Amino acid sequence: MAIAVRRVSKRFGDFVALDSVSLAIASGSLTALLGPSGSGKSTLLRVIAGLETPDTGDVAISGDDATGLPPQKRGVGFVFQHYAAFKHMTVRDNVAFGLKIRKRPKDEIRSRVDELLGLVQLDGLAERYPSQLSGGQRQRMALARALAVEPRVLLLDEPFGALDARVRKELRTWLRRLHEEVHVTTVLVTHDQEEAMEVADRVVVMNHGRIEQTGKPRDLYEHPANEFVMSFVGPVNRFGESYVRPHDLELRLESNGSTEQATIERVVHLGFEVRVELVLLDGRRALAQVTRDEAEQLDLDEGQIVFVRPNRTTVFSEAATP
Amino acid sequence: MPLAAVAWRSTEGGADGFWRAISSPAAVSSLKLTFVCSLIVVAINAVTGTLIAWVLVRDSFRGKAIVNSLIDLPFALPTIVAGLTLLALYGPKGPIGINVAYTRAAIVLALLFVTLPFVVRSVQPVLLELDRDMEEAAASLGAGGLSIFRRIVLPNLMPAILSGVALAFARSIGEFGSVILISGNIPFQTEVASVHIFSQIESDDVTGAAAVSVLLLVISFVSLLAIDTFRRWGSKHEK
Amino acid sequence: MRSRLALRAVALGYLAVLLILPIGLIFFRTFEDGLGPVWDALTNPDTIHALWLTILITLIAVPANTVFGIAAALMLVRQRFPGRSVLNAVIDLPFALSPVVVGLALILVYGRTGWLGGWLNANGIQVIFALPGMVLATIFVSLPFVVREVVPVLREIGTEQDEAAWTLGASPFATFWRVTLPAIRWGITYGVVLTTARALGEFGAVSVVSGKLAGRTETLTLRVENEFQRFDLVGAYTASVVLAVLALLVVLAMNVFRKETDGDRGAARQQAVR
Repeated sequence: MAIAVRRVSKRFGDFVALDSVSLAIASGSLTALLGPSGSGKSTLLRVIAGLETPDTGDVAISGDDATGLPPQKRGVGFVFQHYAAFKHMTVRDNVAFGLKIRKRPKDEIRSRVDELLGLVQLDGLAERYPSQLSGGQRQRMALARALAVEPRVLLLDEPFGALDARVRKELRTWLRRLHEEVHVTTVLVTHDQEEAMEVADRVVVMNHGRIEQTGKPRDLYEHPANEFVMSFVGPVNRFGESYVRPHDLELRLESNGSTEQATIERVVHLGFEVRVELVLLDGRRALAQVTRDEAEQLDLDEGQIVFVRPNRTTVFSEAATP
Repeated sequence: MPLAAVAWRSTEGGADGFWRAISSPAAVSSLKLTFVCSLIVVAINAVTGTLIAWVLVRDSFRGKAIVNSLIDLPFALPTIVAGLTLLALYGPKGPIGINVAYTRAAIVLALLFVTLPFVVRSVQPVLLELDRDMEEAAASLGAGGLSIFRRIVLPNLMPAILSGVALAFARSIGEFGSVILISGNIPFQTEVASVHIFSQIESDDVTGAAAVSVLLLVISFVSLLAIDTFRRWGSKHEK
Repeated sequence: MRSRLALRAVALGYLAVLLILPIGLIFFRTFEDGLGPVWDALTNPDTIHALWLTILITLIAVPANTVFGIAAALMLVRQRFPGRSVLNAVIDLPFALSPVVVGLALILVYGRTGWLGGWLNANGIQVIFALPGMVLATIFVSLPFVVREVVPVLREIGTEQDEAAWTLGASPFATFWRVTLPAIRWGITYGVVLTTARALGEFGAVSVVSGKLAGRTETLTLRVENEFQRFDLVGAYTASVVLAVLALLVVLAMNVFRKETDGDRGAARQQAVR
């Protein structure tokens, strides 16, 4: 195990940020901590980094107990949401910082920095200052800086949170590729389920300072442990005790006994996907997702009456939904 | 610790002695004079300071940068030099024939000089960051120049104006160097509180000096509290 | 358009009457009778001594307040401790306090009959009416400037850069020296300029504790007053002009450094927004 967290709790005043959390992260994996704000995901990451001291519990990195170690001695690389660029240093000096602290020989630093700048595609910008870089470039510089010291684990705290949607998507794909190249154990904190599902090979869903579920992205989507996970990893309709994904809601033009009648309120065309907003007879609202072809076939239009049937429902037992 | 000593010493003569010291005719008249002059100065500053800040932010003319830097001059210039400077122009040998030396007007003049930067420097940044959109929105809703200023700009500047005013007030109450040359320090006429304390010290009435000092100390503290309140009020609308 | 011109005229007129004319006149008056008397006044041993004394006091007070100011700002921004809000209020007090009261306070503690007076006297240390008292008075009145300039910069930069340095292996000392200090350098510089201005020009507090002995405890500002009282106008004007020139240099420096601090803070703000 690259990281082992055992029964860690942390309070800030009255607020319980982490409530006896245990987690094991495998070497070489890319894990996402996913949850809404205030769920404790960032606190957990900072506890692993040693930037926050847990009230109880312990943390081991590469099998060594690290609970009492200061961040300097943990061998972690940390990337912050707002980059934490050293503004008074050039890109080169930023990346070289950790190596200089370790008093490595000058030639070695130089070649290592050049190599890293190539890796994060910032060659040629070495002599610039952070203020002369775009947000995406700054974050790649921060990543190179964290990687320079060859950390045992790489910790990313909402690394793309401050970037605009397009750059964010680019960097996700790029991070995935970088991870395949470098293969350092990586933990990424995010509140964006799409980002977690796309980048990580394991996702840890957190809420109210606890871990709700851990698993592969697909498992979380297909077999969510409870209502919170189900609704957090994707849109969901609720029919009584059962939950249905919008794409598992079948639309028909005739009733067949097991269907419910609904009126189409709005049809949103998003290219391949068409989103249909429905109002059921009792006034509840529901969302259905169909392909463009299906929508054309059914000739869906606003105000039209349709009949809906859930194809695949999920029911949680009382024990699983607290 | 030195400040505690002042409080301690002021009570040496008991509550009675303290009361006698601050209610002595000279003390009362100096405190009253200081207070009234400071109020006048602060009122003038509120208007001129806002006006100057406005001109420096919204107007553009040649030499604006120089004028902008000159605002800090009263801060950087030693107070005694400020006093001498004003005396040279508005004193008995002044070239323009206006002589205010040894009058209360002279005190107001000196205080205006040293407190000039406070309101300007407090209002300027707020005015700079003030959204032009708000004014344009008001204009699009039919508001004229004056009512835009009164209803949109002024309320937004108010916390900054007041905190500048409180700073200027605190400074005026305690001002010494710039006043000492130009006011003449005539007891019961042009002797301000600081000068009164000074002459008490010179005549070895340390307890009396301490008593009046405590009063000034309290006023300073209250002004600081006021400034803090205004600043908080000012940042309330942000975010 | 016309009202704008009117406003401009009023503002500039006010500044001219209050600020520019008087200061211009003092330069004129000083050199009215040629350079001879000015040179004599300047080279008067007492003037030279006053200048040196002023510089000496400034050279002691400014570094002391810089170190204190950085430490106090770090404590105020980054630490929670009982009495923090009291410290915050007390640091501002010299801004609002009459310098005469400051002087009196020092006399009451360090003077012959003061709290520490007996002990100091017994050990042959003279504070009041001597250099140490004047230095103390200067430190007291110029105390808040560095703190007040550094605090907002520290707030603005937050702790992320420091944390990044820690995770990269930098010790707390190395972090302070290589990351924190460079990040707040312009705030410090601006604070130092303000402190210097105040230290050079302090009059009231120093006046109370100095005893004003020409050639011994007379600073430049005190000399202005003494020469004036002795009806040596050229002497008073000359000392004033020296101080005014220093003040102009300070204003110049303020302008340069204010732009730099704004740049620092602006960049931080921009980063936070993105």
